[in-house]
Amino acid sequence: MTSPEGILGLIFIIKLTEHIKVRSVKSMSDFTGGEYKIIVVGAGHAGCEAALAAARLGHKTAIFTINLDSVANMPCNPNIGGTAKGQLVREIDALGGEMGLAADANFIQSKILNRAKGPAVYSLRAQIDRRAYSEHMKLVLEEQENLDVKQAEVTDIICEEGKVKGIRVHTGTIYLCKILILTTGTYLKGRIVIGDSSYESGPDGLLPANKLSDSLKKLGIKLLRFKTGTPARINERSVDFSKLIEEPGDDEIVPFSFMTGDLKKEQVSCYMTHTNAETHRIIRENIHRSPLYSGDIEGIGPRYCPSIEDKIVRFADKESHQVFVEPMGLGTKEMYVQGMSTSMPEDIQIKMLRTLPGLENAVIMRPAYAIEYDCIDSTQLDLSLEIKTIDGLFFAGQINGSSGYEEAAAQGLIAGINAVMKLENREPLILTRAKAYIGVLIDDLVTKGTNEPYRMMTSRAEYRLYLRQDNADARLTQIGHDIGLVSEERYSRFIKKQELIGQETERLKKTILPPSKEVNEFLRRHKSAEIVTGIRLYDLLKRPEIDIEYLKEIDQYSDMPKEVIEQVAISIKYEGYLKRQMIQIEQFRRMEERLLPEDIDYKNIQGLSLEARQKLDNQKPQSLGQASRISGVSPADISVLLIYLESRKRKNKEKD
Amino acid sequence: MINDTIAGISTAVGNSGISVIRMSGPEAVLIADRLFKGKKRVSEQESHTVQYGKILFPETGESIDEVLLTKMKAPRTYTREDVVEISSHGGYTIARALLNLLYENGARPAEAGEFTKRAFLNGRIDLSQAEAVMDIIQARTERVSKVAIKQLEGDVSQRLNQIRESIILLLSGIEVNLDYPEYDAEEVTINQIEQETEKIIKELDNLIKSFRFGKLLREGMEVVIAGKPNVGKSSLMNRLTRKNKSIVTDIPGTTRDVIEDYINIKGIPVKLLDTAGVRSTHDIVEQQGVERSLKAISDADLIIVIFDSSREIGGEDQSIINKAKEEQKPYILCFNKIDLIEDEEKLEALKMENPHAKFISITEDAGIEKIEESIFNFATENNQDIDNQVLITNARHEHQLKRAKEYLETVLSNCKMRMTLDILALDLKASLEELGKITGHHADEDVVNAIFARFCLGK
Repeated sequence: MTSPEGILGLIFIIKLTEHIKVRSVKSMSDFTGGEYKIIVVGAGHAGCEAALAAARLGHKTAIFTINLDSVANMPCNPNIGGTAKGQLVREIDALGGEMGLAADANFIQSKILNRAKGPAVYSLRAQIDRRAYSEHMKLVLEEQENLDVKQAEVTDIICEEGKVKGIRVHTGTIYLCKILILTTGTYLKGRIVIGDSSYESGPDGLLPANKLSDSLKKLGIKLLRFKTGTPARINERSVDFSKLIEEPGDDEIVPFSFMTGDLKKEQVSCYMTHTNAETHRIIRENIHRSPLYSGDIEGIGPRYCPSIEDKIVRFADKESHQVFVEPMGLGTKEMYVQGMSTSMPEDIQIKMLRTLPGLENAVIMRPAYAIEYDCIDSTQLDLSLEIKTIDGLFFAGQINGSSGYEEAAAQGLIAGINAVMKLENREPLILTRAKAYIGVLIDDLVTKGTNEPYRMMTSRAEYRLYLRQDNADARLTQIGHDIGLVSEERYSRFIKKQELIGQETERLKKTILPPSKEVNEFLRRHKSAEIVTGIRLYDLLKRPEIDIEYLKEIDQYSDMPKEVIEQVAISIKYEGYLKRQMIQIEQFRRMEERLLPEDIDYKNIQGLSLEARQKLDNQKPQSLGQASRISGVSPADISVLLIYLESRKRKNKEKD
Repeated sequence: MINDTIAGISTAVGNSGISVIRMSGPEAVLIADRLFKGKKRVSEQESHTVQYGKILFPETGESIDEVLLTKMKAPRTYTREDVVEISSHGGYTIARALLNLLYENGARPAEAGEFTKRAFLNGRIDLSQAEAVMDIIQARTERVSKVAIKQLEGDVSQRLNQIRESIILLLSGIEVNLDYPEYDAEEVTINQIEQETEKIIKELDNLIKSFRFGKLLREGMEVVIAGKPNVGKSSLMNRLTRKNKSIVTDIPGTTRDVIEDYINIKGIPVKLLDTAGVRSTHDIVEQQGVERSLKAISDADLIIVIFDSSREIGGEDQSIINKAKEEQKPYILCFNKIDLIEDEEKLEALKMENPHAKFISITEDAGIEKIEESIFNFATENNQDIDNQVLITNARHEHQLKRAKEYLETVLSNCKMRMTLDILALDLKASLEELGKITGHHADEDVVNAIFARFCLGK
């Protein structure tokens, strides 16, 4: 039934529970600091969303952080959004989360990426004032009804009979709860490495959480060790901007939140420079001093953000790499040097940086570092983000092996919602791969697991054309409303927008252009085939070369809001492809809806391949669809499961 | 889950004269109506009746075969879905052609055990048989995948992988532009995509054509029986076809034209050609026959060269072997009439001299199965056995190659229309997914891995 590891874990749990019973419940010396429905450990991007969702849904919640001055900190790049990540923020917002609103309030530069590459990949990205964002989010937490905000290092998880009971903090104080959500980011046994120096630390000079990892191990939870890194921060005064290429923001600002109206703001620029032969020479000559190559770092780093020394070694033929110099905020002279993440010793870091045009005199304020940390093997979770082995224990964010603020926030929101669903005996919110990037993210983590910090990419989404940033509200706001997180104001805005989209689509279907001289002149102007009979605006829009903006030249154009026009244009222009995707989604949905009862004894299902028996038994997937994505489970195994489910159903009927 | 229409060959492969093609699902009748021409439209035909008619190519109206069509409306059918069965008598080549037509007109190749699976899921099969059904599915799948892997070994699989790699290369180049817009990778232009896609389509086309097994099933294998006059070519033909199509006499030179017939050796369709004996002759009609024989040799996939063991192997015999060698054709040497050799030692000596040759006696019906075996082995190269699951697997592979090609053609037309990169990527990925169904690869993972392997992205 259970793997040796699992059995060991079980023994641990039993031992620990006995132990804790004695210590925590019966011992009178322990001080109980409070009793909550939900406790969130960690106030990063995941923790904030989780705590806010839980409190907003009406449950008494506490959020703990090791340092209250680092709430929603951005210890790496000072920006939010980008490809796939921008979509995540939009989805968080559509469900009633906080990140989009906070980003809109604190950005200092905004850009839409991929404008020319098609609506499936338009992505919003903003540079953020890091301190302002952190303070903003801290205040949001502080002002939130039902939410207590506390500074403490959580050292122990208290479980009884496989059920979460509470936590113990560094002072020995106990806090009781029904549900515990761990969002500890990269703090667990954090170890920073800079050249040959290494020390225990959380990110950004904050304290690490050294004890919680052991508590997790004792609960039988399998941990992995990951690594990530961040580049140096330099002082703006030491940069020669005349040698850098300026990268300004977009003239027209598109907000993240569906609630934010027109945004006008003075923006600041980012700057670009390049590495050169000299930079690469310094790195090559000193490669032995990089702990990544001397074997000092064991954690598995992400392939998508290698350090500069990694890039030089792995892509030796590339003569130059882009480097971006980005402001960290308005109230600081610190600048982030994107592209130069490294774990080289400080003397080499300075030499490397000073080879870049414009950075000849760069003064480092914070050196680059690599950080190793513990995270859990995310396949131990179910799709609601609760761990399968302990009742009431949820995980979200980097502790699940993901990377990125947006990925963390998305999981935090879902964990917060599902904590409440569990308390209220309601169905958990499981967004599928066909519903949201959030669904792709969580399904990838839980079903496939990850062996490196997981970053969201649009190419990971099967239904990319449907999972767009512009329709995140159409996909998710109703769900957010049903859950109770979406305010009435947001909801009525959403309904109004959908109505306008319907009206405008209808109008375009009804309006017929005659084959007049004027119309054909218009068509010629835009290199489109002329017409001899009337054509509906709707059909005209289907022509790839006709942009909806052009219609202003010939149509009595209605003054619909921009976001409505955008939606209408995309759904008409890509109608064929969207239909195709919807058919695929329908097939996908059927598989997802075939649920697999928890008590299936996979080991004894005749006809399943041996590998499938083991994997299914280990992971206990929630649906046939999820089962089909587990590596080693073949289409034939799925057929066998189908037959098994059917015969089980019939047997149950016979019993009745 | 069950909402599409599936089709497959439901008779065992072998020597049966009739092949039954079964189609099950909501569109079975509709699809049949597109292809079948009988007295009544299939939709108007009464349920559980049989109708005689023809299957026609819908575009040309050309007839493929005369068939009997059985229509069975749900629920009184094996799968409890609408079922149409088509009985054709043309052997496997024809059956395969019919099956392909069904696939082109909306049916999907049935998975291993899928009819049975549907029958069970729709309540047609008793609960007590559930485990048997599961076993069937797994066993068939394992068997089929083993054979499928064998089939894919070597050249075909190499070429298939190269095509996959080309698509992954192209797609990861596009995807890195989409997912890392600020990374200084070269932007892939639409012209590049167009050119590259054209190249891939060409390669895919070649692969589809050379998909050896598919070709074999589609066109049959041509086997020519050659030899000098009166060595027993026509007798062998008749024996193999179990018909008396070739006139057999004692008079050398009786067969003056090339006689063709189709036989089926363990599922491999074989077009057998009986030729006029090759010798120098003054008879004009016979001369033409000889010329045709030589032509047949140069067109054949395999030649069976027959000698008369009771006579000396002479120059005319040798000239046929020379002809085969000259044309670089594989041949099987076959010594007939061994019953006429009375001296055991002489026979042993002959066998020693020709270790790869087959020794037969048609009059005594000895050793014929060795010839069939040789033909079959040649066709399949390695001694794999074949059943209709394998044939269907093969049909499925070919189907998927064609689907992949269709998606790539859409990429081309979208390039012409200057569609955006996200759409171009969508069809490229769809084509990769189709190929992945053959090789068991996941398109998404491959592309993501390729992005990281090829480009250096970082913070």
